[in-house]
Amino acid sequence: MNSMLAAVAAVLPASDAWVGPVATQEATGPAAFASLLFVVPLAVAAFLLLGGNRTNKWGHWVAVAASWFSFALGVAILIQMMGLPASDRRFTQTLFTWIPAGDFQVDFGLLVDPLSMTFVMLVTLVGSLILVYSVGYMEHDPARRRFFAYLVLFIASMLVLVLANNYTAMFLGWEGVGLSSYLLIGFWNQVPSNASAANKAFIMNRIGDVGFLIAMMAMVAAFNSTTFDEVNAGVAGASQGTATVIGIFLLVAACAKSAQFPLQAWLGDAMAGPTPVSALIHAATMVTAGVYLIVRSGTIFIYAPIAMACVAVVGLITLILGALIGSFKDDIKKALAASTMSQLGYMMLGAGLGPIGWAFAIFHLLTHGFFKSLLFLGAGSVMHGMNDQVNMRRFGGLRKFMVVTWITFMMGWLAILGVPPFSGYWSKDHIIEAAFSTSTFAGADAPWAAWVFGSVAVLGAAMTAFYMSRMFFMTFSGKARWTSDVDGGAVHPHESKPIMTVPMIILAVFAVGLGGVLSINDVFTTWLTPAIGPVDHAEPVLSAIWIQIITLVLVLIAAAFAWVKFGKEAVPKAAPYGNAFSRAARNDFYQDEINEVIAVAPTTAAVEGVTAVDRYGIDGGINGLGRLSVWTGKVIAWTETGYLRSYAGYMLGGVVVIVAIVLGFRL
Amino acid sequence: MSLAFYIALAGILFSIGAVTVVVRKSVIISLLGVELMLNSASLVFITFSRVLGDYSGQVMAFFVMIVAAAEVVVGLSIVVAIFKSRATTDLDQNVALRK
Repeated sequence: MNSMLAAVAAVLPASDAWVGPVATQEATGPAAFASLLFVVPLAVAAFLLLGGNRTNKWGHWVAVAASWFSFALGVAILIQMMGLPASDRRFTQTLFTWIPAGDFQVDFGLLVDPLSMTFVMLVTLVGSLILVYSVGYMEHDPARRRFFAYLVLFIASMLVLVLANNYTAMFLGWEGVGLSSYLLIGFWNQVPSNASAANKAFIMNRIGDVGFLIAMMAMVAAFNSTTFDEVNAGVAGASQGTATVIGIFLLVAACAKSAQFPLQAWLGDAMAGPTPVSALIHAATMVTAGVYLIVRSGTIFIYAPIAMACVAVVGLITLILGALIGSFKDDIKKALAASTMSQLGYMMLGAGLGPIGWAFAIFHLLTHGFFKSLLFLGAGSVMHGMNDQVNMRRFGGLRKFMVVTWITFMMGWLAILGVPPFSGYWSKDHIIEAAFSTSTFAGADAPWAAWVFGSVAVLGAAMTAFYMSRMFFMTFSGKARWTSDVDGGAVHPHESKPIMTVPMIILAVFAVGLGGVLSINDVFTTWLTPAIGPVDHAEPVLSAIWIQIITLVLVLIAAAFAWVKFGKEAVPKAAPYGNAFSRAARNDFYQDEINEVIAVAPTTAAVEGVTAVDRYGIDGGINGLGRLSVWTGKVIAWTETGYLRSYAGYMLGGVVVIVAIVLGFRL
Repeated sequence: MSLAFYIALAGILFSIGAVTVVVRKSVIISLLGVELMLNSASLVFITFSRVLGDYSGQVMAFFVMIVAAAEVVVGLSIVVAIFKSRATTDLDQNVALRK
């Protein structure tokens, strides 16, 4: 409990070691133009979409320019921020009053702080490089202009998401990235399976959006505001129940966006989109929005230890689940998607560890953004040379034909393995250490938590090494197992053009060096301090050096095992039938079937039930009334014979009856 | 003579008239039935006029006669018109109200 209190103290402004999150100032200098970061790409997206076929020839270059402009502006703001003391590195700017509703008012405001700037740099740099790559990748696509319009729309939305100073504006960006993701997954929607993959992603993300909305409603109900500052201030005085409700629903939102268990099923299918989309949206940036949300809402989770524990557990489950799926997938993009899931699990775990893990979650997010987009671009380059095939069992021996792709992919591979001194080592290792330093679980002292979290994290690292090495060796080493004319068409692998390889080389440089450079004197974690507080140093239960040695040894063993199995030995061209476990993993642990049973089938049944009630109950009632009047009419019409005598008879009968009644009452 | 005899006679006349109207198919006979019913009503008026010593009942009987005469004129001319156009005075053949 003591460390809990210490953690609370660490993020509260009362701490005198640093100036807390409340100290913000009006944006000046380049930061005053922060809104242009997303306004320009947004305008370009609108221009390209409205400009129509006239912009087909050169429209993509406008998109590339817009993205590089955002990057340049981001660099200017970054430089400005570096020149200021840490306590001044938090700008706000209110652009306009967005929702004036009496007592409740939402301003469209920006928050430019080290955390949002980290994202701005990641999104704009990786985004710009991928846009350049896409110029080559989408060269022959008739709808290239639309593709670029969607991509810059995505960049604009993502920047709104990370720059907003309140949850409502963030939600705008949140929905924007969801929309772009949907449009881009289904970009080749002439293939029905792509269109349904897009729908799947969109619908599963709706679940998260509902979570986000409920969390916002809870904020408005409890604090009458959705700005980060006011919610953070309010949550300190609110009950733990309020914080837990907000925290849990924010976690639901994060789970959907970041493909975390149990809302992970959409990510694999999202690979239906063009590979640059997978690299940018479904690996480097959008899927990390969930982690951003959790870290940004850190204060809420501090006051909601149960929600915090849920974050960590979700991260752990996804970390292992993704790694297992990745180990058995033969589709190179789906294997990478599973890997993304697993790495996002690491970040979630870091975010769920509290102040000891937030900075490392963001650090891993940053390095992962670079090396994973590199790996995806590499996969795209391979596919480009292999007639868009994705089955790794039909690759092999490509290193001689795609030297640049091979080398850059190798850099990404070493980075994700966490081999020193590559990027992944610096970030993942810290998360593992932080996991070994956990001392509480759901607000209670838990000496076991460190061992459980730590060992699972280490196990995940070993599994990462296995599946990534498997992918690397199956694709680039061994003998060529390419398709020929008899089974899928002959392939003539070739290296991609410089417009594709140069972005890969630049990303490879980052994959190699970024982690190390940002770790010198803990420069990155210090940089994040004004936004998320200082790293809460805790002693791991195992000394740091042993953790590193054990992790590294396991990683090397796993990689060596993968080499023996998939590099040295011949890989069968068709997937072996395998045992029950490998079949389950290959089928994503039947996630679709499970969702079918627990979500889709009950929903369908409910809809059918409601439809039946509507059809037979409500419609039946209305139709019954109709039939009743028709039937009554028929009966009455039957008495209207048209014969004068019968009318006379009715009259007579009526008179007799009335007289009888009158006399009856009289007497 | 008891009042009841007059009332009973009027009732019998009225019933005969009413049944005639309902049962007989000929328009002429029907009109005759109507006359019978009117006369039964007149009989009741006169009876009570005598019993109560009030002449307004007898005045009413005259009115009934006059109205009945007028009714017969109008009714018979309608019958003649129908007969001209349809060549029948059978009530059951004249069912234009329904068909």
